[in-house]
Amino acid sequence: MTVPIHISARNLSVHYPLGRRLFGPSPVVKAIDNITLDIPRGSFFGLVGESGSGKTTFGRALLKAAPISSGRVRYVDDEVEYDIARLGKAELKDYRKRAQLIFQDPYAALSPRMTVRDIIAEPLEVMGLTSSREETDARVREIAAKCRLNLEHLRRFPHAFSGGQRQRISIARALVCQPHFLVADESVAALDVSIQADILNLLKSLQQEMNITFLFISHDLSVVAHTCDHVAVMYLGRLVESAPTRELFAAPRHPYTQALLSAIPSLDPDDRGQAQRLEGEIPSPSDPPPGCRFQTRCPHAIEKCRIDEPPLQREGGEHDIACHRWRELAQSIAVA
Amino acid sequence: MSAPLISVENLTVQFHTDEGLVTAVDDISFDIAPGEVLGLVGESGSGKSVSAKALMQLNAGNTVYGADSRIILHRDDGPLDVLSLKRSRDLKLVRGGAISMIFQEPMASFAPAISVGEQMVEQLLLHTDLNKKQARDLAIEMLARVGISDAAQRFKQYAFEFSGGMRQRAMIAMALSTKPKLLIADEPTTALDVTIQAQVIDLMKELVAEFGMGILFITHDLGVIAQTADRVAVMYLGRMVELGTVRQVIRQPAHPYTEGLLHALPKLDRLDEPLTPVPGDIPSPLERPSGCVFHTRCPKFMPGKCDVSVPAATTLDEGHAAWCFVAGEAAGQGVKVPA
Repeated sequence: MTVPIHISARNLSVHYPLGRRLFGPSPVVKAIDNITLDIPRGSFFGLVGESGSGKTTFGRALLKAAPISSGRVRYVDDEVEYDIARLGKAELKDYRKRAQLIFQDPYAALSPRMTVRDIIAEPLEVMGLTSSREETDARVREIAAKCRLNLEHLRRFPHAFSGGQRQRISIARALVCQPHFLVADESVAALDVSIQADILNLLKSLQQEMNITFLFISHDLSVVAHTCDHVAVMYLGRLVESAPTRELFAAPRHPYTQALLSAIPSLDPDDRGQAQRLEGEIPSPSDPPPGCRFQTRCPHAIEKCRIDEPPLQREGGEHDIACHRWRELAQSIAVA
Repeated sequence: MSAPLISVENLTVQFHTDEGLVTAVDDISFDIAPGEVLGLVGESGSGKSVSAKALMQLNAGNTVYGADSRIILHRDDGPLDVLSLKRSRDLKLVRGGAISMIFQEPMASFAPAISVGEQMVEQLLLHTDLNKKQARDLAIEMLARVGISDAAQRFKQYAFEFSGGMRQRAMIAMALSTKPKLLIADEPTTALDVTIQAQVIDLMKELVAEFGMGILFITHDLGVIAQTADRVAVMYLGRMVELGTVRQVIRQPAHPYTEGLLHALPKLDRLDEPLTPVPGDIPSPLERPSGCVFHTRCPKFMPGKCDVSVPAATTLDEGHAAWCFVAGEAAGQGVKVPA
């Protein structure tokens, strides 16, 4: 049985102009470049990358919160089918009810002058989803209970809450209009470890209960490994690898994914320093290297990598890799 | 173990606020030996940064230190109580002299309108006998030492022209150029990407071996601690809850909080295990729980005991202590790390 695709991106690019030049073309930052990706319905889809990889821009482009330069995004659910790049005003309004965003910093995302009840109720009022105050209150209470906020909490202002509680308020606000698709951008990065696990478990149970498709953006591979069904890895605006979670973590194919995995500090004090280390730093997205984006830091780069950009190739059922040499590298590892 | 470099005894730090006197650090003691890396772990509000800043009297003007709090810096010419220093001329011996500090956000710690090199020279002129030319040469040499290529060129640049990882390297170069006895690193890798974090951790390990100074390494990331520290102190809401070698604390956590932290951590080699959060939220420092500060979230809470009296240290092993009434009962069922 194949799961229907909820969101699909085809050759999606977001380029930002960098000032203007009097002569010649003005420079652009290729925040994301030519990305093709399918997000199945009801999945918990992980998107990993370092700063500057374009993961946030990708999430925003899917929500039409970043300007799409070229390529297409299709959104399909039981009721509607949208071409996101060409949404009309009325359609966009409807799309906002179906797709929502949870922000990273729960301290910055909540207005200090509104009560928690008003914060959660605002999307309902703005979108005109409820007809009376009683109905709004009922919806707010229902979603607040799901996010483990009680009536007493609803009367207070955000400053009275800890980071974990604030993130639960943000989640309640995003879920109150019953979206089908949710982008969670680094939603646990600002939280302490003991709270982080709690929020992850909450997101997971809400997803199952409300049947939501999640795009979970994170820089933390171990968090992604624990929550997502499928993981895509980005580097400098390009997709380098995408696979079901188990497959990706058991057999990472792209040298960048391998390096990312081995850079995670091990909890074992006796396992110090054998990890594969990446030299150098991520180049600027306004001046990406020619050929493969990763070639400047890749330990396996050859002449071909410096000239040709590797296409995304499908291997097995759902494993996509963009690397010229992954096959021979995988063989040499198998032999050794 | 050799004689300690710095000994912290019964450190209590409180702040005057509009809401009254708030306790940030409550009666903690530890020491650091030369060449030793002491990891200080805790979540937000645990008092780890406040404790570290106390070592240099860097806390704000509304700070009150406990009457019996001592921070003894063991120098070649006799011990020195940092908290007794009043004049900024005396404090200069400590700040940037015997102790240097690396902060979490390197963009915020460099002045934006002064070149990185000039800032490095400035502090060298303040703390050493070098002249301007020598200071300049040393600064460039240190930049090159921490892996910044083209150091002479970079010396003239401003912090915004550096990438995040490079800024943190420059910060380390600056902190080490005065040859401090103790380096305080406050979340030095938290703002960095994993691949850059790995580079910075490697660099710090090399430099400890080369310079032989003691390091107080503050972080919330137990993985980073496992990779860098010799000993670990775990703090919660201003109190120390566990202290031991890195192997003791990570392999046989004796305090329920340490154990909870380790269980809450997502582990790559055990994807099937559900994540178990520490229940509840961290209480506000304005409403510190009575007795053991962790009792409101502790799975082993004993009513009438934990919420009434403060547990004393229980020694479990050589150099391993936990401040808990049931310390050690948890031992043996700690998080096993594959060998």
